[in-house]
Amino acid sequence: MASQRLTLLSRIKDSDIYFSFIKSPTAIVSSVILVIIFFCSFFVEFVAPFNPFDPSSLSLMEAFTPPSWSEKGMTKYILGTDGQGRDMLSTILYGSRISLIVGFSAILFSLLLGVTLGLTAGYFGGKYEMIVMRLTDVQLTVPSILMALLVDGIARGIISRELHDEMAIYVLIFAIGISEWPQFARVSRAATLVEKNKDYVSASTIIGVSNILIMFKHILPNIMRPVLVIGTIGLALAIIAESTLSFLGVGVPPTTPSLGTLIRIGNDFLFSGEWWITFFPAIFLVLLAFSINLLGDWMRDTLNPKLN
Amino acid sequence: MVMLVVAFVSFSLFNFVGDPINNMVGEETSDEERDQIREDLGLNDPVHIQFIRFTGNALKGNFGISYQLRRPVSELITERLPATLELVVISAIIALVSGTLLGVYTGINRKGFLSDVILAISLLGVSLPTFVIGILFIYLFAVILGILPSFGRGEVVDLGFWSTGFLTLSGLKAIILPSVTLSLFQMTYIIRLVRAEMMEILQTDYIKFARARGINEKSIHYKHALKNGLIPVITIAGINIGTLIAFSIITETVFQWPGMGFLFIQAVKFVDIPIMSAYLVFIAFVFVMINFIVDILYYFIDPRIRVKSEAVSG
Repeated sequence: MASQRLTLLSRIKDSDIYFSFIKSPTAIVSSVILVIIFFCSFFVEFVAPFNPFDPSSLSLMEAFTPPSWSEKGMTKYILGTDGQGRDMLSTILYGSRISLIVGFSAILFSLLLGVTLGLTAGYFGGKYEMIVMRLTDVQLTVPSILMALLVDGIARGIISRELHDEMAIYVLIFAIGISEWPQFARVSRAATLVEKNKDYVSASTIIGVSNILIMFKHILPNIMRPVLVIGTIGLALAIIAESTLSFLGVGVPPTTPSLGTLIRIGNDFLFSGEWWITFFPAIFLVLLAFSINLLGDWMRDTLNPKLN
Repeated sequence: MVMLVVAFVSFSLFNFVGDPINNMVGEETSDEERDQIREDLGLNDPVHIQFIRFTGNALKGNFGISYQLRRPVSELITERLPATLELVVISAIIALVSGTLLGVYTGINRKGFLSDVILAISLLGVSLPTFVIGILFIYLFAVILGILPSFGRGEVVDLGFWSTGFLTLSGLKAIILPSVTLSLFQMTYIIRLVRAEMMEILQTDYIKFARARGINEKSIHYKHALKNGLIPVITIAGINIGTLIAFSIITETVFQWPGMGFLFIQAVKFVDIPIMSAYLVFIAFVFVMINFIVDILYYFIDPRIRVKSEAVSG
């Protein structure tokens, strides 16, 4: 067992990905930031100093406390409090968890949809391929934020108002996911077109392996590299899209605020001088998106030099 | 063709999403009254008749009455249209001009310090959501410095069919922040595109030949290289005007700009289907028009296309 683990570790150490990772300071810094953010968001109950959704921990008397380093700040609220006396740091961590969950789920959804369609389109070809590619072309001309807004608007019409708050997060995941899939479809189709003419596919066909098995067991692992690159950059886009929709007030309900919701709420206090309520969630969001983008840039250079 | 599909989609929106009557009337309305409104709106007719009527009305610019504001949608749209168009046109100009200039600069001076700074900012620009940029601008220029207004259009001059903010000082001041905010994201794209194009073109033989002929660098860069570099920029710019209109939804919300995006987001919140479908038709129309204009522009800018099409027709 131990030796097996050792070989895996040494295999990772020997790989070109590890080498280029060690050589790239931006990749290291951005992934360290991301690991910290992911860790704090998923174990937020243990990390956050307060639970902003527990009414007993709130005190309205301490609302609008500025950050701890300013004159009126309190050391117990490092980044200050919002209009309801909630600790900003805790609220941001809880909010980033929502943003990350929505972002990951949306990108996973569009990855599954896009790769399935792209893979099958590239493999089977013919009319089916033409239709799928036409669809991606049409959808790529529609800006994704508009698409997501429309899906959200339609969902509001179909789902009754009482149910809507519960469903909002799923609607959001669907809306963002459906607006991002064409990228995955394009990339996986292009990669499949290259792969399907290789010898191992012909060999599998000759010995009678079924089409489904060939596609998902043999071709799929070989097209994952470009898909992962698109997925990383897409994650940043999905997180930004989620916060944008929440900022516009059509995203997650205010009872479970994401980063975008926090920025929108804080925006109302900007003019009265309480800048920290909107500033810190915004900085946090930018840091998150920027780190993912940097990592995505590095992945693109390393995993797939030919991808433009 | 595209327009017909979009018309059908927006019609389906109109018809099958939710119960418009429920959205229009309060809780206390009796069933008889509801039936009366349904009859008045023609919602009891067969679907294909409704679709024909919808398309006919849409061609005449009639999209029905907003559920929420109780006013004709066409009236609301024409009222809001100038604000959005002015915003989008100004941002497109800012994005194109500054994006091209900065892109050319970074393409020529590849190793310079300033180029590195510009590129770093452009990477940051991709990660900055539009609304965050808007909020930062508001805080900096409106709250701290207090030199630019943070919301609205300022005073507008009504020209009858068009209300413009260009003719008053407050109107001009008001458009600065929203249009710069809106253009930044597009600008970063254009910078990267122009830079890549310039770098590629400067390697080609005809540039080397021009250098050998002793033509000065400035004229090579701007007269010979940039011309060819602009073709993909025009394609991207065409697509981006559509994106700008879509992103103006966000900018308009941040700056409370009384345009169509602001109208649309209200419509999404209150499930105001007539406005949503009218907006959809409008966007589709703009996309089709832009594609058409871009195709024509190719013809004028790239002589190769002109020669080819003349050869075909001749």
